[in-house]
Amino acid sequence: MSSSPVSHTMSESAKGWLLASPLALVLGAFLVLPIGMIFVVSFWQATEFSIEPAFSWENYEFLLTSPVTWKVFLATFKYAFLTWVFTLLIGFTVAYYLAFHIRSAASQTALFLLCTIPFLTSNIIRMISWIPFLGRNGIANQALISLGVIDQPLEWLLYSDFAVVLAFVHINTLFMITPIFNTMTRIDHRLIEAARDQGASGWQILWSVIVPLSKPGIMIGSIFVVTLVMGDFITVRFMSGSQSANVGRLISNDIGLLQYPSASATSVVLLITVLMMIGIVLRFVNIRKEL
Amino acid sequence: MEPRSKSFWWLTAFFALFVLFLYGPTVTIGILSFQGPDGGLTFPMRGVSTHWFHALFAQQAVGDIWGAWRRSFVLGLMVMAVTVVVSVMAGLAFRKHFVGSGVLFYLAIASLVIPSILVSLGVGLIFNEGGLPIHWATSAFGAQLTWTLPFGLLVMFAVFNRFDKRYEEAARDQGASAWQTVRHVILPIIAPPVIGVALFGFSLSYDEFARTLLTSGSYNTLPLEIFGMTTNVTNPVIYALGTLTTLFSFAIIAVFLGVVWALGLRRRRGGSDAGKSV
Repeated sequence: MSSSPVSHTMSESAKGWLLASPLALVLGAFLVLPIGMIFVVSFWQATEFSIEPAFSWENYEFLLTSPVTWKVFLATFKYAFLTWVFTLLIGFTVAYYLAFHIRSAASQTALFLLCTIPFLTSNIIRMISWIPFLGRNGIANQALISLGVIDQPLEWLLYSDFAVVLAFVHINTLFMITPIFNTMTRIDHRLIEAARDQGASGWQILWSVIVPLSKPGIMIGSIFVVTLVMGDFITVRFMSGSQSANVGRLISNDIGLLQYPSASATSVVLLITVLMMIGIVLRFVNIRKEL
Repeated sequence: MEPRSKSFWWLTAFFALFVLFLYGPTVTIGILSFQGPDGGLTFPMRGVSTHWFHALFAQQAVGDIWGAWRRSFVLGLMVMAVTVVVSVMAGLAFRKHFVGSGVLFYLAIASLVIPSILVSLGVGLIFNEGGLPIHWATSAFGAQLTWTLPFGLLVMFAVFNRFDKRYEEAARDQGASAWQTVRHVILPIIAPPVIGVALFGFSLSYDEFARTLLTSGSYNTLPLEIFGMTTNVTNPVIYALGTLTTLFSFAIIAVFLGVVWALGLRRRRGGSDAGKSV
């Protein structure tokens, strides 16, 4: 096979395409077409039992003039922002510890693996796992009561915005750790020694050398975390006990009512919002070079 | 070696707390799944028993979880195989300059950042309007690939960015054909991260919820079944199921780590088998 004349005459570009074609086919069939379909259906109209092709701005008009939409988008931004802040602080600290304070490569790998394993287990189970901890008679309340901090169990631990953000941080911090750790391991240690020789303190080295050089990792991690939270519908539903809403839940509620056109219109607006946010971040980082 | 600074101990404590935060809840439901028959969803334990594990085998108590588990397992293997082959091929492709490579790359990134529920909705709509039956092995399979393939591709980028091209050049100088170079030089070198891609492919599929929600048809996968249970099961049987499926995930991870370890051992002992089987 290797010495067939074809492989010699075939241009590099054609070979490249041949090798990339399965990826292109899958993404074409299961990403481009479906998103195109959502775009088309967002102009359709729904009757009680079916959806009908049409070209109507009705779905968008309803969506953009409804105060519920604005409230829900605001809540979605709030979750994304809070989760971003906490995952960034925790993720940066953990990555910094692994990259600069763990000396042997073997322990680095082992500890990094320790952080990765939960990511390979079920998110839904990980959400359920908070019930015995945060519930009305859960560990947190029992501990606080026995310590005398409170006399009544706190009601806002489970099924609240607090629980939603906690679960988001729990599930998504790894997406921050991995790219930041990856960027940090590529920092030339001589730069840090040079800074130390020039009399920089530990904090100055951290702030003026390590943080700027870790920026690409921070950007990539931020893209992951923000988009995962913006598009979520299940964490908010489960952890808020169906009391809070975000855009994802708006979409999934419409789907539940078979209101596909209106679900599609909301999806298009969400997609444009997410892509705009990422477009801004991508102006500052070249992902392909940073991997 | 210089002595450990004070910040080292603070950061170690922070890291330990983080690990506790990661694993604590999982360990908690692991303990509570051994709750006595009269016990509830929170502490205290009312006796210790395997009652709730037995309940998992009683068909009427929990629905068709074993069927769901089988489907998730098969689907995971399918997604794993396709993810490995397609990502390695695409990784090799991106080392060459081909027209449209930039577009394809950003399409893959888009695939990662587009909310899962949109993929789920879109694929569901396409199958519906196209008159195709929605089934976990077709529509859900494709929908999951839009999540696992970009992951695999990113890993391949990371691998090839660090790949020493001199190995390839040496092989070519010795008269190896393009295919021989890939088969006997590149693939053995990149084997460990490729095994990582396989593990991610399987696990991400096995645990996927959002992308499967509207694309799996009348037969549920395990995460869908578990989510169904959260709305109507209010006893520790759900912890028992969570404990079992988490242990299963751990076992899968252990198997993959074992393979990587054995590979490294073989490599150190006898060097690569490159060229021996030509």
